[in-house]
Amino acid sequence: MKSKRLFLFTLLFAFLLVLAACTGDGGADTDATTEDGEADAAEKAEANDGEDNEAAAGDQVLVFARGGDSESLDPGSTTDGESSRVTKQVLEGLLDFDKDSFELIPGLAHDWEVSEDGLTYTFHLEEGVTFHDGTDFNAEAVKINFERWADPEHEYAFTDDGYVYSMYGTMFGGYKGDDGHVIEAINVIDDHQIEFVLNQPLGFFLQNLGMSYFGITSPTALEEYGSEINENPVGTGPFEFVSWNKDDSIILDKFDGYRKDGLPKLDRVIFEVIPDNAARLIALRAGEIDIMDGLNPDDAAGIEAEAGLELLTRAENNFGYVGFNAQKAPVESKEVRQAISYAIDNQAIADALYAGYATSAKNPLPPGYLGYNDEVEGYPYDPEKAKDLLAEAGYDSGLEIELMMSPTARPYMPDPETVAQIVQSNLADVGIDVTITSHEWAPYLEQTIKGDHQMFILGWSGTNGDPDYFLSSLLHGSNVGSSNRTFYQNDEVDELLDGAKRAVDQAERAELYMQAQELISEDAPMVTLVHSTPVMAISERVLNYVPHPSTSESLEEVELAE
Amino acid sequence: MEDWGDVMFAYIMRRLLMLIPVLLGMTLITFSIVHLIPGNPAQVILGETASAQAIADLEENMGLTEPYFVQYGIYLTDLLQGDLGTSLRSKSAISSEIWPYIAATFELTVFAMLFAIFIGVNAGIISAWKQNTWFDYLAMLIALIGVSMPVFWLALMEQWVFAQELGWLPAYGRQESRDPIAAITHFYVLDSLIHLDFDRTVTILKHLVLPSIALGTIPMAIIARMTRSSMLEVMKSDYIRTVRAKGSGQFLIIYKHALKNAMIPVLTVIGLQAGVLLGGAILTETIFSWPGIGRYVYEAISYRDYPVIQSGILVIAFIFVMINLIVDILYKKIDPRIKY
Repeated sequence: MKSKRLFLFTLLFAFLLVLAACTGDGGADTDATTEDGEADAAEKAEANDGEDNEAAAGDQVLVFARGGDSESLDPGSTTDGESSRVTKQVLEGLLDFDKDSFELIPGLAHDWEVSEDGLTYTFHLEEGVTFHDGTDFNAEAVKINFERWADPEHEYAFTDDGYVYSMYGTMFGGYKGDDGHVIEAINVIDDHQIEFVLNQPLGFFLQNLGMSYFGITSPTALEEYGSEINENPVGTGPFEFVSWNKDDSIILDKFDGYRKDGLPKLDRVIFEVIPDNAARLIALRAGEIDIMDGLNPDDAAGIEAEAGLELLTRAENNFGYVGFNAQKAPVESKEVRQAISYAIDNQAIADALYAGYATSAKNPLPPGYLGYNDEVEGYPYDPEKAKDLLAEAGYDSGLEIELMMSPTARPYMPDPETVAQIVQSNLADVGIDVTITSHEWAPYLEQTIKGDHQMFILGWSGTNGDPDYFLSSLLHGSNVGSSNRTFYQNDEVDELLDGAKRAVDQAERAELYMQAQELISEDAPMVTLVHSTPVMAISERVLNYVPHPSTSESLEEVELAE
Repeated sequence: MEDWGDVMFAYIMRRLLMLIPVLLGMTLITFSIVHLIPGNPAQVILGETASAQAIADLEENMGLTEPYFVQYGIYLTDLLQGDLGTSLRSKSAISSEIWPYIAATFELTVFAMLFAIFIGVNAGIISAWKQNTWFDYLAMLIALIGVSMPVFWLALMEQWVFAQELGWLPAYGRQESRDPIAAITHFYVLDSLIHLDFDRTVTILKHLVLPSIALGTIPMAIIARMTRSSMLEVMKSDYIRTVRAKGSGQFLIIYKHALKNAMIPVLTVIGLQAGVLLGGAILTETIFSWPGIGRYVYEAISYRDYPVIQSGILVIAFIFVMINLIVDILYKKIDPRIKY
């Protein structure tokens, strides 16, 4: 028996040796990871200590519950709304949006000037502002942040660690060296003046700077945390970061040195993840949380009548649509697309699925946006007209179409499956036989880019409050094979959209966008269904909370009634 | 006869060595499946508003443009060095990220299994003892309901009654969110004891009640049924008749003589159930917002976070195999007649 035991032991030992050998190969690498791991642990311990000390900071503690966790707390490297909701409290951008609209207000820049040609923007920065780590906020810090997003080679770009600043790329036309990249140079004039020089005008340049994705991080923190900046945000905002338990909670504490006197009013904000909508509502009713995001529209009516709770809505900032592939038969025919547009009953969808918290949409742009064209008639529900148009197009004997959809709930569409069924039955009424195919979210997004589809269901949400983000992304010919899934190409529309993008005068831009919407409506590359107004519920104790259409609102003025 | 320790040592060694091909096989299977499912992580992370260029850039950065076998090779080499990889979504090291999830699931599983075993075994014994009485019928009816009841429904009912209507117990989470613990081991019950903060221990235990019951109900029912049938079997055997003939009392016969032999199949069930629960109870974890391993992997699947799916499943498989090993060792302890 002894010999067998010895044999086994030797075998195991041999295996360990192999392991050791493997480690030897990547010696340097391994060491680095170990050190990282240790540093990590040390930081965590530190964060926990901080938690202990500050636990008794005060009693204004707000618990905000949402359905999913943040992806990253480095706002520039993510496009995730659950991330920007949190970073909005910690970091500030040069500009900011008004409480309940996309109107620009000062942020870290208190004043700004635009040159005549729309190519030079000068910002005057707030003085005497410090980051949470004590670093001074100045023009140099702004420059470092923008260069970090623009240049993948930058020492703080952390490209090798998987960082991509896609929101920057989308909003500023690419990265350093790309043809479309609009920022030519960033000049530090003095400590508190900075100048952005563009190589071509960009109508929504200022609008971009209000987005919470472009919050300014402390350069010292970038140096200190390196690629772990995504778990250690350091900004100038009203709250400073304390700790993050993944899929559980993020804790932020009041920043005593905040530049606005008397703010924030809360001592601590806790973002909790409660994935199940029903469970989140129960937690709110039990008083365990103060604000719940993502209320089912069906539960909204009950909340209104309930003592102790309050119902809030966000301004509409999205739309859901049924898209056509304008390059594929039979929907390549304009008449067929128009016919289908008439055949679908938007209002029925708004009523059935959103419990009234949605309005029927006639433009691919939310009302209230710059250049929203209210003159456009759109396609009111009219099955008879639909049949006539189909006959005109030579389809009086009916036709068959495949409708692709993904059952994943989105802000603009809580229940795509039912939408698909309503569309199916609407179209059956006019003699179109619709086959619904259901796909998982990830492959769905890919397939609709490739263009094998005939019809599909999707939507769009705004981020910078500018019409370009809706109209160009979705319908500009150059975005076919990317965000333009309708494969719609109309040179006249492209020209109008390009003109509006390059114009600096906002009234001129509005005019161009209005014209574009006329043409788009006539061509009907998509059936615009509804603009949804997301509903949320809060405890009556919560005062001064105003939901922002971007889904990220500052909590600096929020307080709790005793 | 051989020395028991010797035999056990050789056995454990053999089983540990067998673990290597098992886990290697697991990595190959999960790697293949994960890469065969359609859907590109870069696309999911960036969402429907992403440009093609942004997706391509991110793919390149995440190393997804390499051929599959190269990716598998890199993954395996890293793994052998104890590096579980980096999450594509959070960009954090999985080895540093995964522990709190494991601890959360482990804590919940322990309490769910304590509940399941205590109630299940005793209900099974008494049912067998009082076979065909009202207790037997009632217990088996409850067990039947327990096995068939959807977990999410039970969980929501518990929340509704005990958190919302009665307000006795918290509706979600591992602890009072307004007053978080300074975690040391991430087993919160243990952490609170280390801090000598017994009030906190009580709140943490309160948070464990509802999810443990929700999670433990199915195993409890299965254990109760298994214990009952196994007990009935054993009670008919010769040696029990002998013990009875010697004049032992019923209680002693059952708890001392019969139980030990009846426990072998029950132990199998307990081991399997514990393994299943440790694999992460996605429904329970989702409804009670329990940040456990099940949700970690589940979220990773919807984001196509390949490294997290692979390493998460590997860790779960490892735990499962280890539990089986422990159960096998316990067999031998309970019934020395078992040979390996």
